[in-house]
Amino acid sequence: MAGITLENVGKTYAGDVAAVADVNLEINDGEFVVLVGPSGCGKSTLLRMVAGLETITEGRVTIGARVVNNLEPADRDIAMVFQNYALYPHMTVRQNLSYGLKNRRMPRDEITRRVDEAAGILEIGEYLDRKPRALSGGQRQRVAMGRAIVREPAAFLFDEPLSNLDAKLRVSMRGEIRSLQKRLGTTSVYVTHDQLEAMTLADRLVVLRGGRIEQIGAPIEVYRRPVSTFVAGFIGSPAMNLLPGTLQGGQLHVGGQSFAVEVAGNEKVEVGIRPEDLRPAKSGEPGLAVSLAYVEALGAQQLGHFRVDGHPLVAAFPPDQLVHDRMSLAFDRTILHLFSAETGKRLN
Amino acid sequence: MQTKRTIFRNLWLPYLLVAPQLAITLIFFLWPAGQAVWQSFLREDAFGLKTTFIGLGNYERLLDNPEYLNSLKVTAVFSISTATLAIVLALVLALAVDRMLRSARVYTTLLVWPYAVAPAIAGVLWWFIFNPTIGILPYLLDRVGYDWNHSLIKRDAMILVIIAAAWKQVSYNFLFFVAGLQAIPASMREAAAIDGAGPFKRFWSITLPLLSPTTFFLLVVNVVYTMFDTFPVIDAVTSGGPAQATNILVYKVYRDGFVGLNLGSSAAQSVILMAIVISLTVIQFRYIERRVTY
Repeated sequence: MAGITLENVGKTYAGDVAAVADVNLEINDGEFVVLVGPSGCGKSTLLRMVAGLETITEGRVTIGARVVNNLEPADRDIAMVFQNYALYPHMTVRQNLSYGLKNRRMPRDEITRRVDEAAGILEIGEYLDRKPRALSGGQRQRVAMGRAIVREPAAFLFDEPLSNLDAKLRVSMRGEIRSLQKRLGTTSVYVTHDQLEAMTLADRLVVLRGGRIEQIGAPIEVYRRPVSTFVAGFIGSPAMNLLPGTLQGGQLHVGGQSFAVEVAGNEKVEVGIRPEDLRPAKSGEPGLAVSLAYVEALGAQQLGHFRVDGHPLVAAFPPDQLVHDRMSLAFDRTILHLFSAETGKRLN
Repeated sequence: MQTKRTIFRNLWLPYLLVAPQLAITLIFFLWPAGQAVWQSFLREDAFGLKTTFIGLGNYERLLDNPEYLNSLKVTAVFSISTATLAIVLALVLALAVDRMLRSARVYTTLLVWPYAVAPAIAGVLWWFIFNPTIGILPYLLDRVGYDWNHSLIKRDAMILVIIAAAWKQVSYNFLFFVAGLQAIPASMREAAAIDGAGPFKRFWSITLPLLSPTTFFLLVVNVVYTMFDTFPVIDAVTSGGPAQATNILVYKVYRDGFVGLNLGSSAAQSVILMAIVISLTVIQFRYIERRVTY
């Protein structure tokens, strides 16, 4: 058990291409941290630097009490679960699980005990003598996790472990990973591009953009107060609506409406409204005049796709709400998100 | 794999389309092979005037003939050594390429060149390098106190033809190994590295087993190569000598048949050689079909 500390960590490839820059992150013992961001944001590179599969060109990575910058992956006391599982196809499940322990010259009865225990936890006991190719995707995923568990490492590293599974399995495996991590209490770093996975799994979210940390925080905190338009658009599904507006002497003008806000300054802004924060305006209540493009019925809710002043706007309604071609949509002004149009940073 | 199925309206068109291939197989393979089998039961005098059917006589005489048994032994030594050398060397080179990032392409191209050299040319090349009078290597070997002479010493002759034959085959094997190595996902090796396996352990327990289908395929292809296609190398370098030391089966077939004009015995020899190669190929298909699945 150990925490992981990243200090000013960066990765520069030959030709001055910075894949990761200036990452400072303290992961507490037993914490589940999810690195999330779009493709190419450096999240996998960062994870692989912690694992020792990529060299660290700047900064310092500490696992437990040791600086691991120059340690081999095997000596870092971590276990990794890969996207394609990376199971050894010529070995049985039992051999796959024991391989790492055998390499560390663990006594044979201890290996057997740990493998059987992990197989029990993951319910793969009956497949121990099979080869990976005889297993389904979900079973392979369990074996890959088993290989991490038997090692009893200081930290688990997950590199998009669920992206090769079908949607239904992904949801159930997500739950299993979460409860397993809670039960074992092992520090975990999890990389994904799926914001739903990130929200549901994380104790703390780290949103990455272009190799830098954009925001760190508990999922609900990141959802409620995204620090930039980038995070606002990335976290939450359907994505937050961003409408152009102007801020002038404490008055906000957006979508033909003006009202007072507690933000000073005169500038162009992006106004963020979550789809779930929009509702049909009561008669007499001020609202955004919108025209309907189409409706998506999802069962539990329906999504109205509108246009306001030529800008797209999505609103999430209860399934029984009547949606008209022309509507007026109201929102709670206290939960508005205001971003600078120039820098994209949060203003309120 | 999905194959496209075509339905022909005309009943004869499909037969017409496969006819050229069938004709080639019949005329250039089945007919001569049948001739060889038939001829192996006959004895012909040197002038071709009288032919007698002697049943398995040619085979009986061959298996009693110490020269033929020697040739079998020479072939076994030559085949196994050449195939092993060619495969091991190619694997080492392929592993080196697999670790390279930038110059891999140039290196690969250079390594493939020997395959484009005609076997006889390759033989002559090595013959020059190893020539006891004018060659560079005997000169160097002499400095370390080894008196190289492949025209007199049997072992030297064998080493020379093995090197010359293996050199050509390395390129071919190398290409297959490079492809085989690239088919192994990087994450497999990374997982093994995290699992605490050092480079050697990783090679023996992960890379080599995953390459085993490639290796086995190459083993059989190489053995067939050493048995049939090495004729020009032997002919150009040693002509089977000294004292039968490099007289492999395929070369003996040629010597006895076309030079010695003992057609019956030569035919019997080629039938035996054919049987050996066919059985090796059968073993290959049996084995590979069971193994290569993932």
